[in-house]
Amino acid sequence: MSEVVQPASLALAVSRPKTAPFDWRRAVPLLLAAPLLIYMLVFYALPVVAMLLRSVNDPTWTLANYATLFDDVVFQKTFWITLNTSVIVTLGCLILGYPVAMGLVRSKTMAPFILVIILLPFWTSVLVRSYAWMVLLGRHGLVNEALMALGMIDRPIRILNTTLATQIAMIHILLPYMILPIANALRQIDPSLIRAASGLGSTPFMTFRQVILPLSMSGVAAGTLLTFVLALGFYITPAMVGGPRDITLSMLIAQQVDQLNWAYAATLSAILLATALAILAVARKLPGVGNAFRTSMR
Amino acid sequence: MRLAQILPGTVVGLILFFLAFPIVVVAIASFSSATYLTFPPPAFGLRWYEAYFSNPDWLKPTWVSIWVASAVVVLATFLGTLAALGIARLPRGLRIFAAGLILSPLIVPGIVVAIGIYYAYSRYGLVGTPIAMVLAHTCLAVPFVVTSVTASLSGIDPRLEQAALSLGATPGATFFQVTLPLIQPGVLVGALFAFITSFDELIVALFISGTGAVTLPRRMWDDLRFQIDPTIAAVSTLTIVLTAALMGAAHLLRKRAEQNRMATSSAAP
Repeated sequence: MSEVVQPASLALAVSRPKTAPFDWRRAVPLLLAAPLLIYMLVFYALPVVAMLLRSVNDPTWTLANYATLFDDVVFQKTFWITLNTSVIVTLGCLILGYPVAMGLVRSKTMAPFILVIILLPFWTSVLVRSYAWMVLLGRHGLVNEALMALGMIDRPIRILNTTLATQIAMIHILLPYMILPIANALRQIDPSLIRAASGLGSTPFMTFRQVILPLSMSGVAAGTLLTFVLALGFYITPAMVGGPRDITLSMLIAQQVDQLNWAYAATLSAILLATALAILAVARKLPGVGNAFRTSMR
Repeated sequence: MRLAQILPGTVVGLILFFLAFPIVVVAIASFSSATYLTFPPPAFGLRWYEAYFSNPDWLKPTWVSIWVASAVVVLATFLGTLAALGIARLPRGLRIFAAGLILSPLIVPGIVVAIGIYYAYSRYGLVGTPIAMVLAHTCLAVPFVVTSVTASLSGIDPRLEQAALSLGATPGATFFQVTLPLIQPGVLVGALFAFITSFDELIVALFISGTGAVTLPRRMWDDLRFQIDPTIAAVSTLTIVLTAALMGAAHLLRKRAEQNRMATSSAAP
């Protein structure tokens, strides 16, 4: 008999009632995982849950905080701005990301170069990238200077601290999250399918429409959902480059915490978290997306 | 016909320009000799790097960040590697719970994590201490360690461990002489990710770094509220170079480990 306990038999062994004498080796996996699980519960999960509970137990158990959101103009406007920004940014990433993913997968000579250009901003912190857009879009920034030099405008226009600035910077920051899952899906397409299509007289455009695009949809779905979920939670970028009226849900939450309005902040947090989790729950159900999701998270 | 050949390359080129250009501009602007931020710089110089390296208001947060990130590396790599070794062999229900708990910081919006941590830590007087930063950042860094080590564990041929055990090695010896060397690249990649995660983190730092544990991103954020000082361009360039070097190292390590894995698995069919 094998000395090594296989995972499957181990699972069975644990669920079986304890008739055999206790074998300490069965407990080893749990003992290994326990320190981290306890750590995460104490320093992360319980704090977040305790904070979220303020939305229903402040001052007594009630759902009143959620009920008032239906008449809460500030919340509704903020929620709408957050959704709207996330949709626009996700669409922008999709339009810009798909061609780059194609280039990354199809080009043999340029691929390492393209990968470095995608990864360099990906590895740079959100703060630094948002700062870069402050430099570019400012009153005397490069974009204004260039537009004036081209004679398109007479004097500097306001780009920084507008909705447009938030959208541009967020597309820039989230683009790699769109490109990498799509490139993953494209890479898995059997090249003989593409050869077969063109061998049968299909034009490159028809091959793209009827072979490549349908087969890459799992990557497109994964990238779209991932980008959208991340966009929903954005805080630093809209706060730095956005307009004074572009308050995202995250910014509203931070404001409420500053005013020690914990019940309201917790209610908004629960809404934001529930929205993100709902989208991810849908994502897991789509065929192929769960897989693409897992690879892109690494 | 010729347009159809040139167009895709041009479009991809323009998008790549959009991706890379902002970073390049910050790097170039940091070498400006001007007293205010302007692009292109009138002349080049190192004055903003001198300003950074001679100002304790910048150097102190830098050391706090390095200290916190180093402690996070030790804690996250230790806890994360142990857990990765155990999780795959947990019973199914517990395994799903553990994976969900450990990976959730990747999904839960940053602001929710940050104010939850602030809410709880402030009750125990932890806000404004480097310890609190280490405790909080470790939670954010752990998912990267666990995924990285799990990936390298799943690439190990189970027969190697079985062989060691059946040849009489104790489980401990098998772990230290067979398993650990095989997963070492994964552990190292996880450690690098853990460092960067902590070093770059801002949202949690905004709430719990207080005045006693101001990190570098927090210092940059505070500065940007008042001015776009070119010193920040210099600091940004330094952090870009540091993160690119560490992440590049992690990327190469992972690629090499993958190649090794393929070589060993094809050698033993």
